[in-house]
Amino acid sequence: MVGRLPLALASLSLLAVLGCDGGRAPAPAAEQAAGAPGAAGAGASLTGAGATFPNPIYSKWFDAYNRTTGVQINYQSIGSGGGIRQFTEGTVDFGATDGPMTDEQIAAVQGNVLHVPTVLGAVVATYNLPSLGAKPLRFDGPALADIFLGRIARWNDRRLAALNPGVALPAQDILVVHRSDGSGTTYIFTDFLAKASPDWKTKVGHATSVEWPIGLGGKGNEGVTQQVKQSEGAIGYVELIYALSNGLPAAEIRNPGGQFVTPTLKTVSAAAEGTSFSPDSDFRVSITNAPGAEAYPISSFTWLLIHTREPQSPKNQAIRAFLAWMLKPAAQRMAADLQYAPLPVPVIELIRRRLGVS
Amino acid sequence: MTALSERELTPDAAAPAKPSLERGSYSDQIFKGLLTLAALAIPLLLCFLVYELWSGARLAIGKFGFDFVTTSTWDPVTEEFGAFPLIFGTLISSLVALVIAVPLSLGVAIYLTEFAPKAIRQPVAFLLSLLAAIPSVVYGLWGIFVLIPILRKSVFPLLRDVFGFLPLFQGAIYGPSMLAAGIILSIMVMPYVMSVSREVLMAVPNTQREASLALGATRWEAVITTVVPYARSGIIGAVILGLGRALGETMAVTMLIGNRHEIAASLFAPGYTMAAAIANEFSEAVGDMHLSALAYVAFVLFVVTVVVNAGARLLIWRVARGSGIGSKAL
Repeated sequence: MVGRLPLALASLSLLAVLGCDGGRAPAPAAEQAAGAPGAAGAGASLTGAGATFPNPIYSKWFDAYNRTTGVQINYQSIGSGGGIRQFTEGTVDFGATDGPMTDEQIAAVQGNVLHVPTVLGAVVATYNLPSLGAKPLRFDGPALADIFLGRIARWNDRRLAALNPGVALPAQDILVVHRSDGSGTTYIFTDFLAKASPDWKTKVGHATSVEWPIGLGGKGNEGVTQQVKQSEGAIGYVELIYALSNGLPAAEIRNPGGQFVTPTLKTVSAAAEGTSFSPDSDFRVSITNAPGAEAYPISSFTWLLIHTREPQSPKNQAIRAFLAWMLKPAAQRMAADLQYAPLPVPVIELIRRRLGVS
Repeated sequence: MTALSERELTPDAAAPAKPSLERGSYSDQIFKGLLTLAALAIPLLLCFLVYELWSGARLAIGKFGFDFVTTSTWDPVTEEFGAFPLIFGTLISSLVALVIAVPLSLGVAIYLTEFAPKAIRQPVAFLLSLLAAIPSVVYGLWGIFVLIPILRKSVFPLLRDVFGFLPLFQGAIYGPSMLAAGIILSIMVMPYVMSVSREVLMAVPNTQREASLALGATRWEAVITTVVPYARSGIIGAVILGLGRALGETMAVTMLIGNRHEIAASLFAPGYTMAAAIANEFSEAVGDMHLSALAYVAFVLFVVTVVVNAGARLLIWRVARGSGIGSKAL
């Protein structure tokens, strides 16, 4: 009894949202989207598993979606690798991952998968040099790669000095700190380094965990942060949201346009905006080193994995209905509230067209 | 009283119960069957576990074979895996833990059973046992925020100044290191070693102490020459229990050991252990070979644990030859 009224109100408000937003879209599609949650039925449930990085926003979305439509979505944040495995084995209705599936992995599901970008993540280089002021240090990709390769071993290296004119860099050894656990953060960071440095690409490569040439491994963002905070002269990389909420110093990184860009939600969204997608893109696009004057170069999508075959099956309908809801401005604003960089409008439009939803 | 118990034992009194035993009632049969099942469940579970590990690791066993335990590359990108640094790290961190924990906890146990005033025995033993109830992630966090800063600022530099001539205490000091992991492990292992050896020492008959004292031994001599040797097999058992705990400990170790896939002579250098590598990489391991290599690591960890335990039991058997406290229990 208590639950009915809010539910009814929520359905009404959903219809209202659909009504407002459907101005541009053809009417039948709007009906289809509105009908889908009903078809799946209030109290229907979906199960998903995967990436931990987007877990806070996913939890918030699934909770809000449950309150508006009654559709229950259970999400287990077990890590991207586990998400892909469970999706491949068909034990979950959808997967989630920070690093896109490889061609072999897609072959393992007979191509029955679509990567749907949900929010954006970014990685910042943070460091501990108390002798410097508040002005952030500047790096470019090749210098960062050489630091993590151990070739630039001291802070007063010629190349770092050239990137930071007027900054009195100390004559101190650089202590490299990296993630020890497999992580989407490592994937994005090494993807950027591999693009910036041919040597990194051949010697180390990019993956959720790699063979680090030097440095200490910290467990999780907090492990890396502690290690950096406790050791003068340390440099490490952490997830953008973690760096922002903990007030860590974040280096400016030079993008392909030659600009030094501070990592913020805006510059991360700009990286997605600067990337061009073909209309039939499978969205497995790396947006590190994206073009655009504003674009922060160490950015990436995080994806939901859904089945492409039998789009009319009840489960797939329910997932698509959720995705349609997620792409609406209200849901995207929730992402920004939790400090996730929201998807830029052109990308949202493209995903809508690919999913056939409005 | 005596008459009564004798009468109870006479055939007359036992007679009513006997036929029902001989009849072998169904309830007895079922009870026996259930107990047998329960007893069999453990070895079966173990066999299943070994089989699962082996089948999960088959891909990696096929590709790397025995070289896996002797090589040192760990590259998930090119899918080249070798676990030697992990095995080395597991054994060394556990060894460091025992070197610190065994004398300390043995000292505590001897003090509590032989020297401490009665009033403080129970409270101290209770407090030490409480250490065993702390979750290991709490040990890890405490290690990161409290232990590591102390070690790096004062303890490690002191060790380097005093023992710097040994390769064990040379090189750069980062904080997270084999020694830091060993120290946190020793704290985690202590309650186990302490409480078991205390039980064993308490079980040493007083006649042993009295005999030793009567021969003119001081209390210290009585402990060293009589009580501890009498209990030695039980004490070794306590150490094995601690070792088992140290070999398998994951969370606190991975937070403090530095997670570097490398072998270094210095205890100040970061290292890695088998359990830590599995915990770190399993959730995000994407490739089949990577997963299989991690299962192989788990398999090796299992084998190492079995070998170490079997070796230790053999040691007890050789040392104790069936005599002394606790040897029968092991």
